[in-house]
Amino acid sequence: MKTIYLDHNATTPLRAEVLAAMTEIYENISGNPSSVHFLGRTARKRLEAGRERVAEAVGARPEEIVFTGGGTEADNLAVQGIAYAYRSKGDHIITSAIEHPAVLAACRFLEKEGFSVTYLPVSREGLVDPGELEEAIRPATILISVMTANNETGVIQPITEIGRIARDRKIPFHTDAIQGLGKIPLSVEEMGVDLMSLSGHKVYGPQGVGALYIRKGVRVRPLTYGGHHERGKRPGTENLAGIVGFGAACRLAVENLESESDRLRLLRDQLCSGISERIPRVKLNGAPGLRLPNTVNLSFEYVEGEGILLGLEEQGIAAATGSACTSGELAPSHVLSAMGVEAALAQGSVRFSLGRENTLEDILFTVDALVPVVKRLREMSPFFEPEPAESQGDKR
Amino acid sequence: MSGQTDYSEKVMDHFHHPRNVGKIENPDGVGTVGNPVCGDVMKLYIKVADDRIADARFQTFGCGAAIATSSMVTELAKGKTLDEAIAISNKEVASALDGLPPAKMHCSMLGEEALKAAIDDYRKKQGSAAGKSEEAGGREG
Ligand SMILES: Cc1ncc(COP(=O)(O)O)c(C=O)c1O
Ligand code: FES
Repeated sequence: MKTIYLDHNATTPLRAEVLAAMTEIYENISGNPSSVHFLGRTARKRLEAGRERVAEAVGARPEEIVFTGGGTEADNLAVQGIAYAYRSKGDHIITSAIEHPAVLAACRFLEKEGFSVTYLPVSREGLVDPGELEEAIRPATILISVMTANNETGVIQPITEIGRIARDRKIPFHTDAIQGLGKIPLSVEEMGVDLMSLSGHKVYGPQGVGALYIRKGVRVRPLTYGGHHERGKRPGTENLAGIVGFGAACRLAVENLESESDRLRLLRDQLCSGISERIPRVKLNGAPGLRLPNTVNLSFEYVEGEGILLGLEEQGIAAATGSACTSGELAPSHVLSAMGVEAALAQGSVRFSLGRENTLEDILFTVDALVPVVKRLREMSPFFEPEPAESQGDKR
Repeated sequence: MSGQTDYSEKVMDHFHHPRNVGKIENPDGVGTVGNPVCGDVMKLYIKVADDRIADARFQTFGCGAAIATSSMVTELAKGKTLDEAIAISNKEVASALDGLPPAKMHCSMLGEEALKAAIDDYRKKQGSAAGKSEEAGGREG
């Protein structure tokens, strides 16, 4: 059976070019980048080339990039690192209610450590209001952290506006841009950010490698202690092959960004219109015009998301849901809840996130597969009352 | 948004081909229970003849485990006397499905409780409800 992967916001398949770049390192480079002998120097060169490529992708200088063991660590290094480095100046952090758990859980930890955190609400469309953010600023505010684009809904936040506010008030501004990389143009200057988290495996690079951009002059306390690697901000012998792969992935991701984004947007919209033409009572979660080109999050009324996923899985299609039932958590998606989506609708949410290998054929196949799955689950649902004749009843 | 739970083949079979889906017209008893943990809901209808469950059907808004559990509990209940049926536990239903992942055990409570609630409803309607099972009807698990 053919597999149709529609969960690229969770992770992406490694690109062949990236794998080749990594294999080359494993096969040919044996030195420790910290060693001063010739083998070490060769390794160092490759490491720095990887750094340049990651820096280039976001308009940063290479010396402003710190490699980490993934996006989660980059988020923690930013949030905890700033909090502790600037603690003498204040103890207040502003973030949003829809951040990735990597930021939210770090903030909750800091609350236990005596910091106070404002979790900004979002609109029904999933947007942070910069005006509200400005009002939340206190003299003690030492960090603003708002994500570039949300992983569940794809909604793109007003980062440039927030960046301007942060700069005016001289508050360090972090953005988790992990979902933005390779999907929308990123520029640390234009966005006005001081710290930016990135992750390899969302851009067809390897898992377990990420980066934090830290603007020159911004201080960050490390999470771990050891050697002088990554300017002491992330000690430990570097994951050279991972970093080289991440660098290669970044370069490829920005190379074709515009044409690939246009292609994905078209496919995504075809998926959406195909679904809404053939399945009644489906609701879009998130601002229609302000989303990543590859992402759509839909709520199918009267049914629960895991059932939809299981039905799709039988046809070889992989997608995701914000339903609590799949995640092993007790409450449905914190993102959809923060947007005010009713619990039953959040339970019936499905996220489709498209990527490089997807074709129009995949999309049409997915729509075809989805129609009977939803129909069957609705017929099973105690909430569902078939609608009079034309809309539902005589479709098939 | 994390990964799928691992279900047994039997669970998947009952999810994809659930037995006894739908309503019963003029049922003798109906039980509706919600799972407060996840917000899922099961409605179970029974027909009773000679103190036995002659037919059982369900409607469920819930995860794969909830649907499979609903299907299995109706299968287990059919043909049993009311006293036998009311004794069916969620563990029994789960093991009849070759087990559920630990995080999904709570889903099987829906089946047990909906069946108990339906039998209770029937007994109340008969005006012969045995006092001991009266509480089960409104209980949520
Ligand atoms: C927005 C966002 N932040 C952080 C992460 C965590 O990144 P990683 O999986 O590399 O730890 C992810 C993905 O899982 C994400 O989507
Ligand atoms: S998670 Fe809701 S019943 Fe299974």
